[in-house]
Amino acid sequence: MSDTTHIQLAHGGGGQLTTELIEQVILPALGGPQQAGALTDSAVLTSPGKRLALTTDSYVVHPLEFPGGDIGTLAICGTVNDLAVAGARPTAMTMALIISEGLDISLLKRIVESAGRTAAEVGVAVVTGDTKVVPGGALDGMMINTAGLGEVLDGANLGFNQVSTGDSVVLSGPLGEHGLAVMARRKGLRFSSDLLSDCASLSEPAAALVEALGGDLHFMRDPTRGGLAATLADLAEGSAHDIEIDEASIPVNPTALGAAEILGLDLLTVANEGKLVAVVAAEASDQAVEVLRKYQVARQAARIGHITGPAETGQPPLVEMITSIGGRRIVQMPYGEELPRIC
Amino acid sequence: MTRAVDTEIRRQCDRIDRLCRQVLESSGSAGPIQIMEVCGTHTMCIARSGLAGLLPDDLKLISGPGCPVCVTDQSYIDRAMHLALECKQRPIVATYGDMVRVPGSGGSLGEARAAGARVEVVYSADQAVELALDRGDTEVVFLAVGFETTAPGAAMAVLRARRENVPNFSLMTAQKFILPAMEALLSQDDVRIDGFLCPGHVSVILGWKAYEQIAEKYARPCVVAGFDAPQVLAAVEAILAQLVSGRAEATSVYPSVAAEGNRRAMELLDEVFVTSEASWRGLGVIPESGMELREAFGRFDAAVRFDLPDFPSREIPGCRCGDVICGRLHPTGCGLFGKQCTPRRAVGPCMVSSEGACAAAYKYGLHDRGPMQ
Repeated sequence: MSDTTHIQLAHGGGGQLTTELIEQVILPALGGPQQAGALTDSAVLTSPGKRLALTTDSYVVHPLEFPGGDIGTLAICGTVNDLAVAGARPTAMTMALIISEGLDISLLKRIVESAGRTAAEVGVAVVTGDTKVVPGGALDGMMINTAGLGEVLDGANLGFNQVSTGDSVVLSGPLGEHGLAVMARRKGLRFSSDLLSDCASLSEPAAALVEALGGDLHFMRDPTRGGLAATLADLAEGSAHDIEIDEASIPVNPTALGAAEILGLDLLTVANEGKLVAVVAAEASDQAVEVLRKYQVARQAARIGHITGPAETGQPPLVEMITSIGGRRIVQMPYGEELPRIC
Repeated sequence: MTRAVDTEIRRQCDRIDRLCRQVLESSGSAGPIQIMEVCGTHTMCIARSGLAGLLPDDLKLISGPGCPVCVTDQSYIDRAMHLALECKQRPIVATYGDMVRVPGSGGSLGEARAAGARVEVVYSADQAVELALDRGDTEVVFLAVGFETTAPGAAMAVLRARRENVPNFSLMTAQKFILPAMEALLSQDDVRIDGFLCPGHVSVILGWKAYEQIAEKYARPCVVAGFDAPQVLAAVEAILAQLVSGRAEATSVYPSVAAEGNRRAMELLDEVFVTSEASWRGLGVIPESGMELREAFGRFDAAVRFDLPDFPSREIPGCRCGDVICGRLHPTGCGLFGKQCTPRRAVGPCMVSSEGACAAAYKYGLHDRGPMQ
């Protein structure tokens, strides 16, 4: 290992090189072999006899390292956040690395170390994993697949069916930082001030919301790909209710706004990796904002809108926005890749 | 949560309302007054801010030919597809992102890419030169589309390629001038245009005085505005004020735009390009509205280098993008709108472009903007 600087196909062969890669590069970063089952195929977990949440996700991002994070942090936070918005505290995770032949091992090392650091901060154990190497050109650097297991907190009763007329919609902070930071790095664009990905764990603020609001917390989602627009469109569709949001109340990062304007993108449709949307009973909305603001990642939390009522019979549920100048427009489910404009 | 409309915006709208009534009373004409926003970025700003709903019913803002993707003729897309798929040199086609999804007769560049063609999205012409330098052994062709805004960048890329002797860089140009298109629109007798909301970016290059010829010759107020709602409203107000007093002048409410524009940029255009006729979707061939590479830069002309054939200018069956671009039809008036033609599967370019009138209407629900004739 010490004399190889790049991943070879053999690193995925399951032999000595694989063992070396796991023992020398991956395990030290993720907390060492003392982690239960780290070198076996499955982690056996003691079932606590409670409601469990299980999630899986795959991470593909180019570049692998971007301002404010990397694919390692992203994989941990993304998995933890999927559990968090289900009202669960993460207990264990799996992590499978699919690596391209030729990847710089020092880069891999930085990535798994950053994953390990993030996991430790969040308090989730990466208990089992897998490593595959594919021929160069088959993929762009590396991909990560994870599964996450969490324990659903007492009092959490979340879902589309809990959403009802008059509920408030709360957002934890400004939009678009992740998507724009990655896009800017990818295309070598520079803005007046640094734009960092918001990639962060929502485990703590989400758990705090569950604990503080109990039955008044009706739904949570992290608006990742597709941004707030996709999350709200899903929420409207899933709950069969119309939603109205107020543009002026949405927290804004001025650099992200400027970048979006330059690229002709709508901040509402750009990806986030550390934001939370919560639907809460109207009377609990001030409390929800107050609880969220205690956390650094949600210090700009705000009530941004409300559930106006059940969708009209025969009509698709509608998300409308009162614009900052007092006009109205529709917020649509984005249609895939947003393309930067010409001029 | 029905928020009060911003006080200053409310005042602007009240003034516009009053002016609008004065114009209709003094001219004795039936409404609505129609102001054309020439630029796609204005179209998007108007849609995204929900501004149209704040204006009086007797005033319509209609979208014009200022979306570079939308006015690009079908034949150009077909030629680019030919370049990407048929040329034996297998060049990399470097393009602005907006162009990737525009369907030609035989599919889009995005589909060509999925089929193995080399299509790369760049954010500037200069990035395409970088790409050529980076892939020394592969031809890189930049799709140079857009107006006076993007043309200086394309010109600088060509000059750089000559200076640094980049052998594998060329342009397929469809750069256009906006003024001839505005004139062409005014010569149609089936569209009512009472004034022009002139583009901010293009005018930074052209200067606002450039619109004087149109204002005087056709007696239409031309006002340049920047890209937020207060700017758009200020320009609308200025246009109406001119109409009330029977004036037709070129002015600007956008502080970034100088009267004379950017002379250096105009000189660059003149150095690299020669004025030619050009095909516009919806408007047909307009004399002296296009830019072609000067002979001295012939080796950077992809059409010459790859011996590209001409493709016929074809309309897509059922697609009314041409009428939308000319202000004849509101997007929702097209039979394909929201049915066969959505941003996911666009039939015409106005639905593809992030600045297209159809995409704006679809995305932001501008059902109340109402058509013209």
